Amino acid sequence: MRAVLFRLAGAIPTLCGVVLVTFLLTRVLPGDTATYFAGPTASAESIAQIKASLGLDLPLPVQFWRYIVALGHGDLGMSLTTGQPVRTEIVNRLPASAELTLCALILAIGIAVPLGVLAAVRQGSIVDHICRVVATAGVSLPVFFTGLLLVYVFYFLLGWMPAPLGRLDAFATPPPGKTGFFLIDTLLAGDTETFRAALSQIVLPACTLALFALAPIARITRASMLAVLGSEFVRTARASGLSGPTVVLTYALRNALLPVVTVLGMVFSFLLGANVLVEKVFAWPGIGSYAVEALIASDYAPVQGFVLTMAILYVLLNLGIDLLNRAIDPRARRSA
Amino acid sequence: MKRRTVLTAALAAPFVRKAAAQTNPTRAETLILVQEYGPNSMDMQGIGAAQPVNGVSLNCYDTLIRFKRVPFADGIMTHDLKDYEPGLAKTWQVASDGMSCTFKLRDDAQFHSKRPVTAKDVKWSMDRAVSIGGFATTQMAAGSLEKPEQFVAVDDKTFRIDFVRRDKLTMPDMGVTIPFVFDSETAIANSGGDPWAKDYLKNNVAGSGAFKVESWKPGTETIYTRNDDWKCGPLPKLRRVIARDIPSPSTRRALIERGDADMSYGLPPKDFKDLADGGKIRVAAVPVPNAIWYVALNSANPPFNDVRLRQAVAWAIPYEKIMSAALFGRGVPMYGGPETNTGTAWPFPFRYNYNIEKAKALVAAATGGAGISTTLVFDAGSATIAEPMGVLVQESLAQIGIKVELNKIPGANFRGELNKKTAPMVINRFGGWLDWPDYFFFWNYHGKNSIFNVASYQNKDMDKLIDGARFAPDTATYDAQVKAFLQMGMDEVPMIPICQPFHDVAMQKYMSGYTYWPCREPDFRFLVKNA
Repeated sequence: MRAVLFRLAGAIPTLCGVVLVTFLLTRVLPGDTATYFAGPTASAESIAQIKASLGLDLPLPVQFWRYIVALGHGDLGMSLTTGQPVRTEIVNRLPASAELTLCALILAIGIAVPLGVLAAVRQGSIVDHICRVVATAGVSLPVFFTGLLLVYVFYFLLGWMPAPLGRLDAFATPPPGKTGFFLIDTLLAGDTETFRAALSQIVLPACTLALFALAPIARITRASMLAVLGSEFVRTARASGLSGPTVVLTYALRNALLPVVTVLGMVFSFLLGANVLVEKVFAWPGIGSYAVEALIASDYAPVQGFVLTMAILYVLLNLGIDLLNRAIDPRARRSA
Repeated sequence: MKRRTVLTAALAAPFVRKAAAQTNPTRAETLILVQEYGPNSMDMQGIGAAQPVNGVSLNCYDTLIRFKRVPFADGIMTHDLKDYEPGLAKTWQVASDGMSCTFKLRDDAQFHSKRPVTAKDVKWSMDRAVSIGGFATTQMAAGSLEKPEQFVAVDDKTFRIDFVRRDKLTMPDMGVTIPFVFDSETAIANSGGDPWAKDYLKNNVAGSGAFKVESWKPGTETIYTRNDDWKCGPLPKLRRVIARDIPSPSTRRALIERGDADMSYGLPPKDFKDLADGGKIRVAAVPVPNAIWYVALNSANPPFNDVRLRQAVAWAIPYEKIMSAALFGRGVPMYGGPETNTGTAWPFPFRYNYNIEKAKALVAAATGGAGISTTLVFDAGSATIAEPMGVLVQESLAQIGIKVELNKIPGANFRGELNKKTAPMVINRFGGWLDWPDYFFFWNYHGKNSIFNVASYQNKDMDKLIDGARFAPDTATYDAQVKAFLQMGMDEVPMIPICQPFHDVAMQKYMSGYTYWPCREPDFRFLVKNA
């Protein structure tokens, strides 16, 4: 418990740094917010008017102070592109991204870990080659390409999948609920019809993302398994006459999981922010596309809010991974 | 509020299910529209309102008068800027001295709040439009609607506008999506002290229009439901409209082709061409009035302050290639016209065509053989069209000794770049809502040097012609001035027109009643789904 608090306290300087750097970075970016939002027929006066109303005419330290004070009240500012408070938008959109990313990650783990283990156990076999091909393809095919390809084949040509219209089809009503995860909210509400609708919407984008996440997980599982399988305690276990599956799953896999879990954390946080293109193709109302739209329009507040949210998530995620590592590996517990 | 609605619905459901089944909009009464991005506000008068907000103004609010709908082709309707039909005003009369107009409001019109529409509401809304700043105020000023004193609520149902000058654009300006009427009492009651209730109206509709906004999730979806008490026209056939924001154009195309969307806005020209050629989807193509894609040449600075060089570029643009490879034929060519202009129509085809010999001769005369290096700027947001265009221009100009570097500028910076007035070459598109040549020339060629005068073209003779036409006392004078400035525009070529773009909308064959308005947003009031 003390360790957890200590770790959290250690994150505070990082977050302060993030706040400062994002603030400065968004100001350094070329692009004139006021001119952009003044509209096509803006006169110099109306641009100045907008600048004043947004506080953009103030000196930078004053702007920063205002930002910090607002942040202290939990106010992330207003987005100009969507016209809504940034906090509401992030709260609404984060679950969408998180749900998609989690589904993709679970799918990826379900395929990549067994694939990696098999590839390591049967090194040089056909499974190993399949693992290599899948990993290479997953990394080298850009997500928007796989996304469009999946849409083209499974929606456009075959018609097996529903229209890529976002989280729910146009006629379904979103479930009332608190988590914002439609798959969980619908089940809590006992609405199996909407659950199926939400599930069918998430399949294609989750597959697209999973394909991308497969590679690092499969490769790291394979490498880590190979190292462990070659170690002395596995040889001892084999020599003691333990069965193949017991050696591989109970002894080797557990020890090989440590780097895999670390990579999982990285892949998750990476996917959460980087699935912009998947969100675009599938009209997924997630946080990545929100931030990119804002960036293109030089809309400061959402960009700052996005980076801050991601930083906080990253800190929490790393903490979670560390705790998980301790659970898996007794040595990690002792060294702390 | 929401919870209560849900609860009431849940409690009432077992008893009213049958009745509810009859009153819920059917799929034939529900339109599914897919677009790149939806409204960022509910208030078209507000600062920073994006293009789709025009649609909210059109469908959820009423103006005093509307442009008359006239057939265009293939069942598509367009409008006549000089002929009007009643909106909230049942009659209107311009005074005999031509210096004011009196509107009589409909007796039965009411806001969504059930309050009757009064002249007081109209006055508040017009005052707001001319005072709020930004685009709304500029657009009002384009029709010489400049200050609150011009607007008079004579009595509950009579409203008068006093003109500051005779301006042929005043009445047309009353039909666009800016001078719409708010429910002023509701707005003020919720304003929290702001005289123009900006925050409230940004997030809420307080109007009398044919549709209400049932739910609005910025960046995701906007749902409109019909206002059954709408009085300003025949009750719309559509009862519910679901407008989804689908950022990827490929996805929007797939949705319309598979039949999961009824209407798709904003596809790249290649997709519109494919859909139109395919024949399964109707593509409503209307050449955007008063609009062109153009290459502007900075006439204030070297090298293009030399008219011979501007003409040389005009002769060296590979027009045909641009039409086929960048625009995929989705526009009306604006090149290869006669030597002298005889009409008052705008846009019209300039006399230039692809003629590299003429271009070379002009460059030789202007530079004596010295090479020129220059930069061509375009907006990254319209790169689908502007980028291939730029590449083709670059290739072609290399042949006449002009070395062009392409510079793609992100949307947020593009207007800033135009404001600097230094870019030597710019590819851009301009369209004016009010379809008068002098309106276009005022913004793009006048020495007042607005942001749209991308070429920074300044010429006293041109200004005199434009000003003469804007406030011409009679048609003969007007026509003469217009002819003269059109000719001057062609001779001087600070802007080289490429084409008049189509406004394309893809829709299913069963859709009818599509109407093209100056704001280009879909009008749900007249759309019918015959499925």
